[in-house]
Amino acid sequence: MSEPQTDLAPESVELTPEQIKARRRRNLWIALSIGGFMLLVFLITLAKLGANVIERPL
Amino acid sequence: MSNVAIEHQAGAASAGDYIALLKPRVMSLVVFTGLVGYVAAPGAGDWVLGFAAILAIAIAAGASGALNMWFDSDIDAVMTRTQARPIPAGRVAREEALMLGLTLSALSVVTMVLAAGALAAGLLAFTIFFYAVVYTMWLKRATPQNIVIGGLAGALPPAIAWAAKTGSVPLDGWLLVAIIFMWTPPHFWALSLIQHRDYADAKVPMLPVTHGPKSTRRHVFVYSILLTPFVLAPAFTGLGGAAYAITAAVGGAFFLFLAWRILRSKAGEGIAAEDKPARDLFGFSILYLFALFAVILVEKVVAG
Repeated sequence: MSEPQTDLAPESVELTPEQIKARRRRNLWIALSIGGFMLLVFLITLAKLGANVIERPL
Repeated sequence: MSNVAIEHQAGAASAGDYIALLKPRVMSLVVFTGLVGYVAAPGAGDWVLGFAAILAIAIAAGASGALNMWFDSDIDAVMTRTQARPIPAGRVAREEALMLGLTLSALSVVTMVLAAGALAAGLLAFTIFFYAVVYTMWLKRATPQNIVIGGLAGALPPAIAWAAKTGSVPLDGWLLVAIIFMWTPPHFWALSLIQHRDYADAKVPMLPVTHGPKSTRRHVFVYSILLTPFVLAPAFTGLGGAAYAITAAVGGAFFLFLAWRILRSKAGEGIAAEDKPARDLFGFSILYLFALFAVILVEKVVAG
């Protein structure tokens, strides 16, 4: 441990517990947003296709 | 390591700070006028697609707000009304606001293309561009007509929603736009009479700063008169019914009375007691616009 490792980045920035918590919350919101957008696109697709899917020429 | 922690204080931004970047109060107004445009447009509409279209308008408004806060952080830092915003307060970096604004712009336009087609998406993209680039980057710092022309961005949501539902925007859709467009100047100039010192400090060329309070009071009165025919027009095109006609006429008369009181006052001269007429019109203008759109909404819902 006396020599700092060069291949792995040394811990140059230490986040406070507060910042780690804030980062986790932000990540959660981003995940929820992406999930929400995917769900929305899915619902739009259903609404757009709707009964038309059945009526398409085979 | 404690100095590093302080440098990275921006990393402690909460979800609330990012929501503040989206200007939720502007967003709620835009959602409301967009919703009225959607309901007022003929046809039944699909509720999922309608929800997606209104959501896209809301996200686009938020994106515009973030882009505005990115570009205007220097002005916001000077004006007391805006000093506590996330960027001047140091909780969010400017680049974060820019990236959030660009990402949400793209998401909103993509959503609108999927849900409502090219016209609504095109109008939405134009609105973001108009607010972020034409108004924020150019007009706001260049001319006292900034809010007159820039108000178009805030006025367009009903037309976007109308296009989202029907694929076109007829006269009635543009009438809703015209009402908000003509309402914006007296509304904001009344506010600027109260806050002109802030604008002067930030070097924003608002009318009281460039032409003085007397000219601003005249402008408020003249633009209030110009607003009147647009507010009454829906009663004649069939967009609004009897309840709308009464609301528009009675509210419009009171609006003109308040504007006339501003004309006769010394509002904006730096004496707080004299600013009351301006504060009254500013407050009533919000209630009036809300009432006009709410009546159209209720009339359409009741009529089925």
